[in-house]
Amino acid sequence: MSKLIELENITKTYFLGEIDVPVLKGISLNIEHGEYVALMGASGSGKSTLMNILGCLDRPTSGRYLLEGEEVGSASGDRRALIRNRKIGFVFQNFNLLARTSALENVIMPLNYTNSALSGAECRKRGMEALEQVGIADRAGHHPSQLSGGQQQRVAIARALINRPPLLFADEPTGNLDSHTSVEVMEMFSKLNSEGITVILVTHSEEIANFAKRVIHVSDGRIVSGVYSSRTGA
Amino acid sequence: MKTISTLRMSLISLKRNPTRTMLTMLGIIIGIAAVITMMEIGNGSKTSIKNSIEKMGANSIMVMPGAMRAPGGARAGSGTAVSLVPADADAIGSECPSVGAYSPVVRGSGIHVVFGNVDWEPGNIYGVSPAYLDIRAWQIEEGRCFTNAEVDTNARVCVVGSTIVKEVFGGMSPLNSELRIGEVTFEVIGVLKSKGANMMGMDEDDCVLTPWTTLRMRVTGLKYGSASNTSSSVSSSPGAKFAVSGLALYPEQDPRITQDHLFYAKQTQLNQIIFSAVSVDKVADATREVSQLLRKRHRLKVDDEDDFRVFNASDFMNMLNQTSTLMTNLLLGVALLSLLVGGVGIMNIMLVSVTERTREIGLRMAVGARSRDILKQFLIESVVLCLSGGIIGIVLGHTMSLLIEKFARWPIESSPGAVVAAVAVSVTVGVLFGFYPAWKASKLDPIEALRYE
Repeated sequence: MSKLIELENITKTYFLGEIDVPVLKGISLNIEHGEYVALMGASGSGKSTLMNILGCLDRPTSGRYLLEGEEVGSASGDRRALIRNRKIGFVFQNFNLLARTSALENVIMPLNYTNSALSGAECRKRGMEALEQVGIADRAGHHPSQLSGGQQQRVAIARALINRPPLLFADEPTGNLDSHTSVEVMEMFSKLNSEGITVILVTHSEEIANFAKRVIHVSDGRIVSGVYSSRTGA
Repeated sequence: MKTISTLRMSLISLKRNPTRTMLTMLGIIIGIAAVITMMEIGNGSKTSIKNSIEKMGANSIMVMPGAMRAPGGARAGSGTAVSLVPADADAIGSECPSVGAYSPVVRGSGIHVVFGNVDWEPGNIYGVSPAYLDIRAWQIEEGRCFTNAEVDTNARVCVVGSTIVKEVFGGMSPLNSELRIGEVTFEVIGVLKSKGANMMGMDEDDCVLTPWTTLRMRVTGLKYGSASNTSSSVSSSPGAKFAVSGLALYPEQDPRITQDHLFYAKQTQLNQIIFSAVSVDKVADATREVSQLLRKRHRLKVDDEDDFRVFNASDFMNMLNQTSTLMTNLLLGVALLSLLVGGVGIMNIMLVSVTERTREIGLRMAVGARSRDILKQFLIESVVLCLSGGIIGIVLGHTMSLLIEKFARWPIESSPGAVVAAVAVSVTVGVLFGFYPAWKASKLDPIEALRYE
């Protein structure tokens, strides 16, 4: 197993006028390819900030963040946009689908920002493949308003998978779903993980976290458990 | 990001809210429609001015008396001075090499014509010589024009325009009929070809042409004295001779005495001298030669102002064009102002749209859109909005000018240049007013944007 994510003493401090608010106080963490990780913590613990940094949406104040060996913590905005596009898939609590836009169009939207010479037909073909992967290819032409919550979240997952990224982030993916649908969606993540995709869940629910193979607890800007991968046995 | 897919994306997002899209475009639509209509009306009036100038005779030039100066120095208005005499006309014909044909013009204003029980006041009664018709490029429809011999003998013959035929003669051929002009009976010997309205919108066909000598000596002369007085001034003034017997056509007079002998001058003064340049490109030369000749003949000192005015068709056309260009530009300015207002409307709605779609922008950034991709998307959206508005405006403006042509009968000429300009302007407005909202969108923080409710 090669290392996917290496964090070395990451800190994040917000400077609000004269007061400095340290949110992350030195986090070191390794995540390997193919892991299934749940990131847990109370609100205000810094888990969202950590996720934003891991997802290349935010920059750490200090420390090193290597993603597949590349230093991304200090990369330029455009570089990080490219990394988000090619290496990371995002699934959000509120799905974030474009209204009045078909499921298929939603799924292939990230391809607009990919520097590849895919034709429109190829884009749609890949979109259909992604929809098949999450099992709702028959709803490709439906608008989000015509889909149930679970179906919408599957469309969102298909969108996250469209560029075949090695890393999938899910921020409270079941927060807006009932328990039955939640289980279905979580099984979907398990299936994707078994296909080799690294999944990082952010949740405050023990039940959801139990689907993961490794649970990392964050409290007051520090990791309190799960620093070491269960696979390395440490 | 590929421009084609951005374009498709903007079309999709504009289609999502058709009512708002339409309302946003309204400012641009109205602005562009106004610009197109103005340009087409402006072009149409320019062309119609050009056409009427050509109808008037492209190389014709007119000389009119200048303004009379009352003893206190007050100007009495153009044409009031008594300065043009028949000898001036003859001198123009013989001494100016660039002048082709020439004709004295005597105007009979306020004179009625009577035929049977019809009493009519023609728009124009002109006393001219036969060359007048050549200079004005006017043809005879029926019958003939009077001859120089008839001019020399004060013959009581006249040529009438088609409106006179219709209104006075009830549409029947007036040839050989007796037409009373003022208090004198004339024989109608010809009918003029219809010329239509001139550039001032006046009916050119509502006219009667007679030999200028007849009109001056027999008709208008009555206004200044009794009938006997008039005839005696022709036949018995000192030095008056009949051309047929080697006599002069008009009394000899010295321009120096006209101010002192106003009655005498009124008898022989001309309202106008019309002449043609030998060719269109000699118009300026002819104008200059005539001015110099008249200054010499009228014994004007170097610093005296002209006591006559020379108009040539192209000057006249330029003058009218200037007026119509001024009006067009003024209205164009108003139209452009409304484009500006339309642009501000676009900016307003784009700003609303950016706020409304904050989450969408955050999402796009999260899945890999760079700042410049977002900038491009919103900029293209604004340009597409303005361009579609512009195209609708072009169609609407053209329709409007067609309607104006149909119902108000204004001359219209479509203007490809205006269409190109309208497209360019709407794209510019789109970029100009779309830039700030697009820039604002591109500067959003993806984390904040995703969390935005």
